[in-house]
Amino acid sequence: MEAFFYQVLSGLATGGIYASLALALVMIYNATHLVNFAQGEMAMFSTYIAWTLINAGMPYWAAFFLTVAISFAGGVVIERVVIRPFERQDAVLAVVTVFIGLLLILNSVAGWIYEYTLKVFPSPFPETSYFGGMLNGHQLGLFGVTFVTLILVYLFFRFTPLGLAMRAAAQNPESSRLVGIRVSWMLALGWGLAGAIGAVAGMMIAPIVYLDPSMMTGVLNYGFAAALLGGISNPWGAVLGGFIVGVLENLMGDYVVGTELKLTVALVIIVGVLVLKPSGLFGKTLVTRV
Amino acid sequence: MTSLTFTKKLLFTSIASVLGLVLAVSGATAAKKYDPGASDTEIKIGHTNPYSGPASAYGSIGKAETAYFKMVNEQGGINGRKINFISLDDSYSPPKTVEQVRKLVEQEEVLFMFQPLGTPSNTAIHKYMNEKKVPQLFVATGATKWGDPKNFPWTMGWQPNYQTESKAYAAYILKNHPNAKIGILYQNDDYGKDYLFGFKEGLGDKASKMIVKEVSYEVSDPTVDSQIVTLKASGANLFFNVTTPKFAAQAIRKSVDIGWNPVHFLNSVSANINNVLVPAGLDKSKGIITSAYIKDPNDPQWVKNKDYQDWLAWMKKYNPDANLADGNYVYGYSVAYTMHQVLKACGDELTRENVMKQAASLKNLEVPMLLPGIKVTTGQNDYYPIESIQLARFDGKQFQLFGEIIGK
Amino acid sequence: MATMTQTSTRTPAAQTYYGLSSGAWKNIGLAVLIVAACLLPFVVSNYRTFQFTLVLVNAIALLSINLLTGFNGQISLGHGAFYAIGAYTAAILITQFGVPYWVTLPIAGVICLVVGFLFGLPALRLEGLYLALATFALGVAMPQILKYKGIEDWTGGVQGISITKPTAPWGLKLNSDQWLYFVALFVTIIMFVIGWNLLRGRIGRAIVAIRDQPIAAEAMGINTAIYKSLTFGISAMYAGIAGALGGIAIQFVAPDSFAITLSLSFLFGSVIGGIFSLSGAIYGALFLQFIPHISEGISKAAPGAVFGVFLILFMFIMPAGVAGFLRLAGVRMRRRIANRMAQG
Repeated sequence: MEAFFYQVLSGLATGGIYASLALALVMIYNATHLVNFAQGEMAMFSTYIAWTLINAGMPYWAAFFLTVAISFAGGVVIERVVIRPFERQDAVLAVVTVFIGLLLILNSVAGWIYEYTLKVFPSPFPETSYFGGMLNGHQLGLFGVTFVTLILVYLFFRFTPLGLAMRAAAQNPESSRLVGIRVSWMLALGWGLAGAIGAVAGMMIAPIVYLDPSMMTGVLNYGFAAALLGGISNPWGAVLGGFIVGVLENLMGDYVVGTELKLTVALVIIVGVLVLKPSGLFGKTLVTRV
Repeated sequence: MTSLTFTKKLLFTSIASVLGLVLAVSGATAAKKYDPGASDTEIKIGHTNPYSGPASAYGSIGKAETAYFKMVNEQGGINGRKINFISLDDSYSPPKTVEQVRKLVEQEEVLFMFQPLGTPSNTAIHKYMNEKKVPQLFVATGATKWGDPKNFPWTMGWQPNYQTESKAYAAYILKNHPNAKIGILYQNDDYGKDYLFGFKEGLGDKASKMIVKEVSYEVSDPTVDSQIVTLKASGANLFFNVTTPKFAAQAIRKSVDIGWNPVHFLNSVSANINNVLVPAGLDKSKGIITSAYIKDPNDPQWVKNKDYQDWLAWMKKYNPDANLADGNYVYGYSVAYTMHQVLKACGDELTRENVMKQAASLKNLEVPMLLPGIKVTTGQNDYYPIESIQLARFDGKQFQLFGEIIGK
Repeated sequence: MATMTQTSTRTPAAQTYYGLSSGAWKNIGLAVLIVAACLLPFVVSNYRTFQFTLVLVNAIALLSINLLTGFNGQISLGHGAFYAIGAYTAAILITQFGVPYWVTLPIAGVICLVVGFLFGLPALRLEGLYLALATFALGVAMPQILKYKGIEDWTGGVQGISITKPTAPWGLKLNSDQWLYFVALFVTIIMFVIGWNLLRGRIGRAIVAIRDQPIAAEAMGINTAIYKSLTFGISAMYAGIAGALGGIAIQFVAPDSFAITLSLSFLFGSVIGGIFSLSGAIYGALFLQFIPHISEGISKAAPGAVFGVFLILFMFIMPAGVAGFLRLAGVRMRRRIANRMAQG
């Protein structure tokens, strides 16, 4: 029983990792109606920026917020430079291809600049451990930061005029233009925010998995699954999805099929759930208008 | 069978001695013999390595080797010939390796392939190289299958194979911890399974009794925390850790964090202070037992060692931007040195057959940066160049070598 | 090959250029292309022949994506899985059951057709992104499944399977690279002809209607569910045949050969080539085969980054893929020729 409890706790800890990246995916989806494959690599690259700043002697929190700001600007720039040319065309697949291109570039450039050796990324939280070491200060801190980000994202999209305008721009660009929303800039802003949230996720994840250029490759798969399981447009769902995936994966590996197939079985279950609930556990069912 | 091999040997020696006589009589000038890729001015060497994709971390081996041959060229080459080292990217994808190796062999016409990296990649070209009779030398993988001169006379490994290493741990465990309950974490691929196989072989019929839990992970897993929790819960008091650097660091840290303090055996793949033990925490790494055949450049005990000083000077001159913590630069340096010696021994007879013959005639070659007492020896029936290792215990600062050198 | 485009709006027969109808010009072009393809292995080296064999293999794989995503509107991020199933089917049949290599191709196709159809049935309920995730999951999980202990006796586990290269039959004076190239060329042509006929007919119109107007299509009596899973199955069959051919050409299959990047490369290969046409598969396959070499030539330090830049540049210049770009260029050229003829 104790072992079971520990597996759940450890699953929650990894689930927190997935949840924080899933949030960034939800952010960009709500702002652009696309799933950004390069999100993980953007977060990784932001984390390297933070690492550079900290190594240059900057205090942690100063580096943290500066990185968030830089990543916001970076997201806007990426949108303006590489995504915008496709805005007016209905070229979803072309954009997906551009995402993959971005992913390759960021990954390769990070390896080129920083090399592939592991880097230790500091945590701002105390090193105390809880539940017999199952959770440590940093993991609790990660939960806290994810939760705060979640609230902010939720409030932003729900109540601020800007957030509403962004959602409108993503859902129905034509009508939004008619009511005076600057759709193009809304998309850029969405990219900026996704970049910023991704940076937060990266800086929270790096102390746990260590910083290297492939840090987010595996996490992205799980984050993607988490976001869709919870409902890609719903930030609460995405975070919950992250925790569910984390715990499910651990329990599968430990009790059901063994570690060699745990990923496979976890994925089968997720797809199974989606077949029963096609828009995710907490997503709104889309009604198609004829 | 034995009589047949004996006749073969006899035949071989007689041919060799006749050849030797002919060579001696005809004098040095007439002895020049070339296969594709060799000439009076250059020797072409082919190489594949992942410079892109998920295994890019190994790219530094290729960089180190490129740098080594650059140094050789600046010092006048080998017997007056420059080395043309052509290193291509295969992204650690076997189909891509096949394509690149065919490019090197058929289009670039290299004399031989040196150090293609990865077990699956080398398996993919294994047959091809042997059908084409092009040497596949000193492959960069520790799988056990590379030393099979009977069936694959054109393929040779270099480093101690994984099974040798895990058998050494098994022997040590049987002697010193006969009642241990063993938990194993391994990477779910050929490398992990090779270790696992050798380890079980080493434990013999005690394996099933002593091993209480085996868990695996995938390279794409973000963490191995869950596996460590499982191992702790299994009641194991001895941990055999078969992981690559990132996961090794995670495993070391997590096991200490959750209060699991088994006797910890770490595979030599991750026995690197700056890239594994520092990220895991030096205090948490104390007491870890591993094995080594090559010097860890971060280990303070080697700072004054001449090998290390030479290596450091070479790094500063030829890899000024590289990370000194990266053990791949040591590995690449040592294996390229071995190749260098083989080519020197080839003299003016730069045929594929002679390259293979010289590679199989190394006798107690001392290679810089190998541990004291560990030497390279090969033979017509011995395609395992390095077969010895030494156990080492990490004392919080450095690896303390202990016990005898194990193996030949 | 440009004739095989989905929207090849037939220009009126009356329109002639230099005495021949545009259709005739296209047929001539196609014939020249096929003759050139047949001569190729006698002109270039064995290594190049081998590379072009891989181009053909990739073209069949990309065709599977074009059918599914381009014509039917279902996005798959996991077709590498079907490619892997095809490759393993061929490898296992050849090495363990002594089946001739050419027999394994249709068998691999049928197995993938069935697996794809069965996978398509439940996956049908998923739309857009969710389907993409389901297929992505399949692609991610495939290497792990192939390594699984329970089927190790067949798959060779982590070690994979080595295959012996087929040699030319009937005493033909072809080396095995040349022979395999012709086998691949033959299969590719058949697969293109099947695809072309499929899309031209009733089924093809239904497939496209489901993409463009799903609800109207249903209202008109098209059984969307069956058509969608059928398309999925056919597309998987294409990928499976490509995989079987690819495995034979490489002479080796292993879990590491079929990582998720393979599936992603199929998708962007299709998009780059032109996903809304059949001919796009050829352009995409050429891109997948040769651009990595060019990238490596440009930068040893970061070949991945250069390749990424190529991807983005291609999309900038040709957002509808190479095939779309060429079609547009063709239309412009025809107009110019027509104008010139009208003036002259």
